[in-house]
Amino acid sequence: MKEGRVVKVAGPLVVASRLPNPKMYDLVKVGKDNLMGEIIELRGDRASIQVYEETSGIGPGDVVVTTGEPLSVELGPGLLTSIYDGVQRPLDVIREKYGNFISRGVEEPGLSRERKWSFQALLKVGDEVEPGDILGNVDETKVVKHRIMVPAGVAGKISRINEGEFGIEESIAVVRTQDGEVPVSMMQRWPVRKGRPYNNKKPPIEPLVTGQRIVDTFFPIIRGGTACVPGPFGSGKTVLQHAIAKWANSEIVVFVGCGERGNEMTDVLQEFPELLDPYSGEPLMLRTILIANTSNMPVAAREASVYTGITLAEYYRDMGYNVALQADSTSRWAEALREISGRLEEMPGEEGYPAYLGTRLAAFYERAGRVVCLGKDRREGSICAIGSVSPPGGDLSEPVTQATLRVVKVFWALEDRLAFARHFPAISWLNSYSLYLDEAEEYWGETIDSDYAPLREEAMAVLQREAELQEIVRLIGIEALSDNERLIMETAKSLREDFLQQNAFDNADAFTSLKKQFLMLKLIMKFHSLAAKELEKGKPVEELIGLPVQEAIAKAKFIPENELARFDSLEEEVAAQLAPQTSEVT
Amino acid sequence: MVKEYLTVREIVGPLIFMEGVEGAKYNELVELEFPDGSLGLGNVLEIEDDVVLLQSFESTSGLNIAETRVRFTGKSLELSVCRDILGRVFDGLGRPIDKGPRVIPEKKLDINGNPINPFARDYPTDFIQTGISAIDGLNPLVRGQKLPIFSGAGLPHNRIAAQIARQAGVLGETEEFAVVFATMGITFEEADFFIREFRTQAALERAVLFINLADDPAIERIATPRMALTAAEYLAYELDMQVLVLLIDMTYYCDALREISAARKEVPGRRGYPGYLYTDLASIYERAGRIKGVKGSITQIPVLSMPSDDKTHPIPDLTGYITEGQIILSRDLQRRGIYPPIDVLPSLSRLKEKGIGEGKTREDHSALSNQLFSAYARGKEARELSIILGEAALSEEDKLFVKFSDEFEDRFIKQGEYEERSIEETLSIGWDLLRILPRSELKRVKDEQISRYMEAGVSR
Ligand SMILES: Nc1ncnc2c1ncn2[C@@H]1O[C@H](COP(=O)(O)OP(=O)(O)O)[C@@H](O)[C@H]1O
Ligand SMILES: [Mg+2]
Repeated sequence: MKEGRVVKVAGPLVVASRLPNPKMYDLVKVGKDNLMGEIIELRGDRASIQVYEETSGIGPGDVVVTTGEPLSVELGPGLLTSIYDGVQRPLDVIREKYGNFISRGVEEPGLSRERKWSFQALLKVGDEVEPGDILGNVDETKVVKHRIMVPAGVAGKISRINEGEFGIEESIAVVRTQDGEVPVSMMQRWPVRKGRPYNNKKPPIEPLVTGQRIVDTFFPIIRGGTACVPGPFGSGKTVLQHAIAKWANSEIVVFVGCGERGNEMTDVLQEFPELLDPYSGEPLMLRTILIANTSNMPVAAREASVYTGITLAEYYRDMGYNVALQADSTSRWAEALREISGRLEEMPGEEGYPAYLGTRLAAFYERAGRVVCLGKDRREGSICAIGSVSPPGGDLSEPVTQATLRVVKVFWALEDRLAFARHFPAISWLNSYSLYLDEAEEYWGETIDSDYAPLREEAMAVLQREAELQEIVRLIGIEALSDNERLIMETAKSLREDFLQQNAFDNADAFTSLKKQFLMLKLIMKFHSLAAKELEKGKPVEELIGLPVQEAIAKAKFIPENELARFDSLEEEVAAQLAPQTSEVT
Repeated sequence: MVKEYLTVREIVGPLIFMEGVEGAKYNELVELEFPDGSLGLGNVLEIEDDVVLLQSFESTSGLNIAETRVRFTGKSLELSVCRDILGRVFDGLGRPIDKGPRVIPEKKLDINGNPINPFARDYPTDFIQTGISAIDGLNPLVRGQKLPIFSGAGLPHNRIAAQIARQAGVLGETEEFAVVFATMGITFEEADFFIREFRTQAALERAVLFINLADDPAIERIATPRMALTAAEYLAYELDMQVLVLLIDMTYYCDALREISAARKEVPGRRGYPGYLYTDLASIYERAGRIKGVKGSITQIPVLSMPSDDKTHPIPDLTGYITEGQIILSRDLQRRGIYPPIDVLPSLSRLKEKGIGEGKTREDHSALSNQLFSAYARGKEARELSIILGEAALSEEDKLFVKFSDEFEDRFIKQGEYEERSIEETLSIGWDLLRILPRSELKRVKDEQISRYMEAGVSR
């Protein structure tokens, strides 16, 4: 076989010459250890290769061979509950075979070849099929039915279909196509840099309920939507991402740990098998795929990791599932892009990032969305993409944040000021936004209560008013405020502390259903409106605040989901503690 | 196989360009023979065809183009390890400088190590009692954590680091403990403080020291933390020891990296530091941790000085993005005579949740610390307000919060350099301080906890 030779090594970038028939983005193997790499530039007979592994010990003259195929992932049963590196190597298998530290040149397939899966056919011999049609199911885990789909480019009549136990490479069906008989197995391959096909896109409409109060009620995200979480270190990006991965009503979660801490992946790995999904009652891990390319793992594989992640997400979307793809942090991906670009000696754009940063980011988020999948049944699936952004020094004017804000529809702005005061989630209620509010309000009206949307609006107004009043207090002091304004400050404090604040580490507080969110908000705003009435009647504000019921409102977040009736009596209590005073006045 | 060349073409600062080299490998270690016969080390940064770019770990002064000999060793920079490295002092490149006997290597390890497989990690959960309330009570250190100290010129980070090294221990455990101590670019006086500290505590025999001082070659510093971590990994993962690694001062390490990057004319990132600074720092900090099924562990306390006390400077910023929290020192507290001047609000321990609580420290620890944090934040805010508007502008409640924050700094944060507080002492000071506040304001702690620890608890 003909092969090329290394002529240059600069960190993760290797240049090879005389590779036979090199194509952009083809996968190559470098050196005697067969380090995996990808062609990212071609000039004359020289190919620049980003190598997914540490390149120490590589030098001119080392052999380079091309596989002739782009970087691809394996798709089939066995993805769920797995933990992969950025190029879909299974880290659990690698540890078992090679030990606690990742050595180089390790080749392990993404899906197990030994494992057998029980295939139940849905179609029969003679049925006409086209790409995306569901041939049958595999119970991949207790909670997820894995749909075995006719792969791209295959259409015709089923000439054979088998039920029973199979390995993923064995054929479970044969389709008679125009070009002859095509065997179909439970595994497909797909190049990660190419979006998987679907019929058509549709605007997303249904909220993704995350159980996080400030998210769901104030800045909702939607199934098929896009969101970003920018914030300085320690402001709560990862905790929020983990909370959404745990408690949102996604059917599948693909979590990409992109250039961040090893222990955070360990955290997920140890928690998810123990924690139960509030919807299915089964361990969270059964619907989760982890991709861990931590900060100390090779940067080129980090660059690939988000694509690996979204391709797996698309595959489950194609089955008709609502998938959440979470990337923590997209800034590390952008930095990997920058590092490679620098080594290629490309002309740098802003802050050294390549000029194509914005296009790449946009193209990535564009792979999210709600679609009508391929297949005759016209089922729908969605990917909701949520990316953390780690702006240097917390400065949101930097290129990655700015490029991200241009494409995503939800902006959860984390502020260190709030984090320092241990107000978590430290999402700014003044600076964040969601462009999915209309959809969410419609949904609340249908499923929870028609008062939800107006209540939210009132509460938001109180919070905004507080910010203005705080300015006055800062300049002149608390005396300058009227009684009415004092009440606004009091209600805003209650909204902040009793509603917006949510402790991700408290079992009772970590998740709040939409129904309970509504009841909590209603309770606080009921206090506000009743107290405002009392003020109108001439009652001094001092008599309205510091009531015992306020302590009860503060503890309402701990009311269990199956005891929501207790909110009724709390509301009565609010009225009772404010009302007798009314009778005294009148 | 070692090949020797006399083909140096250019010397630019710490960089050496050579021609006509065959078979050089990326990251390969080279030996430099100076014209006067002295020896130095360097490594390969980049190769294109037969042109090789080297960085010299020694100062390049005295090198010339005609006579400099370069030997390519065919391996990367290594550290010789064995049990006897304990008690020894090395230079920044791992060569003994204490006039002790030769180290007879049990093995030689590549100082770059390999990344820990994330699947092999075990989550750090063992609380380390440092005896310092601002840390134990609010930002606890956990075995296997990387928790840096962000400091500034003239602040007592060295004394705090020494106090931690002296007092740190896991509750109820008696395992083999070791300290690996590496300095990068600090003064002789500072390094000497630590060495004497280790001597007086009779702790030198369980310590390994790597010393690169301010007047040692700057580029040597690039290897120093990796030397230290390689030693630490050997002690932790092969000899089952609990290892605490102190790295002082990471700012000088980063400056050395910047120097190389500038000499290579790379596109500079923020403040001239290279764009890969994050990845480079991660390759150091992520070498802390615990591994499933392995007894030993590596806990890292890097110390760095923030240029002009600026937390958003790339060095503290990128460090904070990688480490599991940070302990931030405050000039304001220092001025007011508070030792340790730890600014607890922006400080953070990310591993605290799983390291504290029932069976680890105490059931009320987490809630109490949240309460102390938010009360102190509110008190400080009110205090600022009263500075501008006068105390009269505060509500009665806010006045109490101001009083709380003053006493909190005085009694909770402030303590002696040789005062070792048990976690129980720390927590009860905390509860005692909460008595200053109206009970209805204690929203972060549960009623049962209030009655158990505050009302029935110790009174002064
Ligand atoms: N919702 C929350 N509830 C309680 N603590 C939180 C919450 N969010 C963040 N924190 C605290 O803040 C710390 C930093 O959060 P993290 O998500 O790791 O920040 P980032 O990823 O932005 O650096 C956590 O270790 C935790 O102590
Ligand atoms: Mg994070």
